[in-house]
Amino acid sequence: MRWLLGLGVLIAYDQLGQWLMRTVQWPIPGSVVGMMLMFLTLLLIKQPPTAVVQASMSLLKHLAFFFVPAGVGILLLFDLLANEWLAMLVSMVLSTVISLLFTAQLMQWLLPATVDRTADDG
Amino acid sequence: MTVDWSSWFPANPLWGVLLTVGVYFLANRLFQKARQTPLLHPVLVSVLVIIGLLWWWELDYAAYMSGGQLIHFLLGPATVALAWPLYQSWPTFKRCLWPVLVAVTCGILVGATSAIYLAAWLGASELTQLSLAPKSVTTPVAIVVSEQLGGLPALTAGFVIITGVVGAMFGAQIFRWMGVDDPRVSGLAMGVSAHGVGTARAWQLDHTMGAYSGLGMGVAAVMVAFVLPPWLWLLGWL
Repeated sequence: MRWLLGLGVLIAYDQLGQWLMRTVQWPIPGSVVGMMLMFLTLLLIKQPPTAVVQASMSLLKHLAFFFVPAGVGILLLFDLLANEWLAMLVSMVLSTVISLLFTAQLMQWLLPATVDRTADDG
Repeated sequence: MTVDWSSWFPANPLWGVLLTVGVYFLANRLFQKARQTPLLHPVLVSVLVIIGLLWWWELDYAAYMSGGQLIHFLLGPATVALAWPLYQSWPTFKRCLWPVLVAVTCGILVGATSAIYLAAWLGASELTQLSLAPKSVTTPVAIVVSEQLGGLPALTAGFVIITGVVGAMFGAQIFRWMGVDDPRVSGLAMGVSAHGVGTARAWQLDHTMGAYSGLGMGVAAVMVAFVLPPWLWLLGWL
């Protein structure tokens, strides 16, 4: 029952985020705003509510499951895929490699200057 | 003897749910059996199997989606749930707030920009280019950002998963080749470039790497919604 209550709270935050963004007409996804509101709530209340934690963990444990239907939608794009699959694949693979290289290099460059490395053990 | 599957498949939306649950359950078993090799990611396998079954049963996407959308709707609350791991990584995050924010923001912009320009250079359509842009962040966020940019959410969903698989497969080799031995650095880069799939892989390699990958993924999910649309507008893509 706790779990269900937690799910209700998560849905409420999502809807609140959707509603807020529709009201102020900002192009930020409502669910992301809901996530930020939830993050702030967790920071402010100190003791995380069990119901929300349980519901969050069970949703996230199988997060991948929830995007199967969206993925199946790719069958509608068969012609596009047939024409452009090589360009898609090459740009996906290369840009992922570029992103890994760049982010690691930048993080490595930024970290020692601000954080003591030895202080991060354990 | 031929059976008319399209009339056998009831108009009841719960069939779509049952099909998705059943196929995903089996795909997940396969994934665990294969010791979680990214190439057999359960989403990848499930999507291909369901497309195959729909094609075999001569059912269209709308018939499946009457049930599929019940699952799809939960992506919103699942995005909100990402606040929990982000909250857990807050003590880590607090200690290096600015390096993380800067590295994550620049990382997603470089990833998105390189994807768009490469796709354009290789002759892909504008729809493909825009759908590629948010591919390095977690699927529920990538889908809504893609919608906003004028891309195709379904295409983005596919790109996100494949990107995650690529990052998870080659990440460790790339870091070794670069000489990166700090798990905080490799973890963050993994989370920014390959979201949840990469984070799952990072956890297998090293705990600090997993924690920083989760942090990178969480921060990227928030930042992308704020910085990607204005950035693409500045570059003249929107």
